[in-house]
Amino acid sequence: MEKDNKNLLEIKDLKVSFFTPAGEVKAVNGISYSLGYNEVMGIVGESGSGKSVEAYSVIGLLQSPGKVVGGSITFEGENVLDFTEEQMRQFRGNKVSMIFQNPMTCLNPVYTIGNQLIEALMCHDKGYTREAARKRAIEMLELVGINNAEKRIDQYPHEFSGGMRQRAMIAMALICEPKLLIADEPTTALDVTIQAQILELMKDLQHKANTSIIFITHNLGVVAEICDRVSVMYAGHIVEQGDVNDVFYDPQHPYTRGLLSSTPRMDEVTRERLVPIEGTPIDLLNPPTGCNFGPRCKHCMKICLREKPPLVEVGERHYSACWLHFKKEDEQEEAET
Amino acid sequence: MAVYVIKRIVVSIMTLLLIMCITFLLMNAIPGSPFLTEKSTPEMIERANAKYGLDKPLYVQLFNYVKNYARGDLGTSLKMQEGTSVSTILFGQGKFELSIKLGVISLLLAVVVGIPLGCIAAYNRGKWVDGFLRVMTTVGVAVPTFVLAGLLLIGFAVNLHWLPTKSNSLPDFKSYVMPVISLSFYYTCYVAKLTRTSMLDAINQDYIRTARAKGVKTRMLILKHALRNSLIPVITYLGPVMAGIITGSFVVESTFSIPGLGKYFVQSVLNRDYPVIMATTVILSALVIFMNLVVDIAYKIVDPRITLTGKED
Repeated sequence: MEKDNKNLLEIKDLKVSFFTPAGEVKAVNGISYSLGYNEVMGIVGESGSGKSVEAYSVIGLLQSPGKVVGGSITFEGENVLDFTEEQMRQFRGNKVSMIFQNPMTCLNPVYTIGNQLIEALMCHDKGYTREAARKRAIEMLELVGINNAEKRIDQYPHEFSGGMRQRAMIAMALICEPKLLIADEPTTALDVTIQAQILELMKDLQHKANTSIIFITHNLGVVAEICDRVSVMYAGHIVEQGDVNDVFYDPQHPYTRGLLSSTPRMDEVTRERLVPIEGTPIDLLNPPTGCNFGPRCKHCMKICLREKPPLVEVGERHYSACWLHFKKEDEQEEAET
Repeated sequence: MAVYVIKRIVVSIMTLLLIMCITFLLMNAIPGSPFLTEKSTPEMIERANAKYGLDKPLYVQLFNYVKNYARGDLGTSLKMQEGTSVSTILFGQGKFELSIKLGVISLLLAVVVGIPLGCIAAYNRGKWVDGFLRVMTTVGVAVPTFVLAGLLLIGFAVNLHWLPTKSNSLPDFKSYVMPVISLSFYYTCYVAKLTRTSMLDAINQDYIRTARAKGVKTRMLILKHALRNSLIPVITYLGPVMAGIITGSFVVESTFSIPGLGKYFVQSVLNRDYPVIMATTVILSALVIFMNLVVDIAYKIVDPRITLTGKED
């Protein structure tokens, strides 16, 4: 892909496994991508596809029994996986920060919003005095659109609504001006009007603060709204990756096509039924030898069940991992679907 | 807040009245009489009953109790030396202070030692420290006070001569050591267990993950974010224990010959000494009620989501 110095984050062949009593679960199995400065990358996929696990390993929040077992994560030329615990702590919140799915439970209920914002600033020695930090916290709250921030800063999370809490979370994540923000389904727990507001806010802040964003979601609409590029994940692999327009208007992988045709569209007045993807996700404890999507794929061929397809370039900065790209002309080899 | 406290006090007084009624009825439901011995004749018992007003109808006796308690008069003992007032028995010669002092120190020790031990165990979950503490706290909760007190006596007083066998009125630091350890060990272990459990629960909450994502130091994660959230069960436990630790000191007080309050709680019931039973019960109940109020106020301090409205009372 691109050269190292152009990219903020470079992930190469990352493998993350969970060592459970039942065996090794390969939650992320060799994914690679790079993220440029000021770029917004969407990661979509169904539950259990490894999208959150992948993001957690970037910020070093993987909890036992999860473990990075291979690959590298390079952030501005430094391998994050080689960081000591203290380096990692300084890295978290300072260079990379994260917002989460459920703002109702993500703020500590027994401390004021201000206390938690100031803490985010103070735990990275940036030379702020307590008063300066407080001033900065109020600025941040105003920036994320919280009215009456002077007064609100001394309130507790339970005095904030869900949308307000997510705004506070965003303020907290951006207070140290990180280069990368990881948003793990930040709008999933909010109702639709608030979702739109939060997305607007994130788009706005992304332009103002020049922050790159990794946006994890299963909502394709959200991806279309905010992202420049998108990676589609299935069972621990990236199956398709490219610019949002390319992926959405010219999907190459059968899974991406399946996702898109199972999503309702607002711009078409047809009364077509949504097409579900048949079958269930694979058991990650016993992954198939071939393509992970093979057992559910309408175009499954013999080779799909034998070997995993490599990620190949199918257009400019557009990649897809499917044997169909190799065998398009070879119709007779197609097995029964 | 003030309104809440006043409301609670009013409710407390009614609770105490109810407790008096129940205690009174239970005392009288036990067959026999305080004056019944092998030698006593029916005439003697009748005379004694008449002297102490026990021949009057029950409701009159109960009313007299309430009336006297309202005036601060706890009555006269039926069994002790002629005319010894109950307040002299319980509060004379600094007995009450002694028991309170012993109880408060033990409880403080339980908190100051138990909570950090719980934190250490939770933080090192699954490691040898946790395993060691788990064994220790389980033993601590299981071993009866008299066994522990006996072991301490044999070890430190009889064999090593480091500490005095009799603590009397707790004149110096040395005399405190064994009674306080014997009394607080169980509570220390229990508090440590409670803290560990609720700390583990808190550590897995989303806000801890948020704090980690912010780059908060591990020490602060535990001490600031997790600890305060895990204190509620500990506080809940400590309230009633405060009252229990004073009465529960009976064993410790007799083992170390401390002239405290503990033995009267037991003696009065065995003696069927009605006024003393009533007084000890009321004092204990008042302590429990008071500690519950303290606990409720402590909740409010620890967790801002709790509001003290007094409505649920």
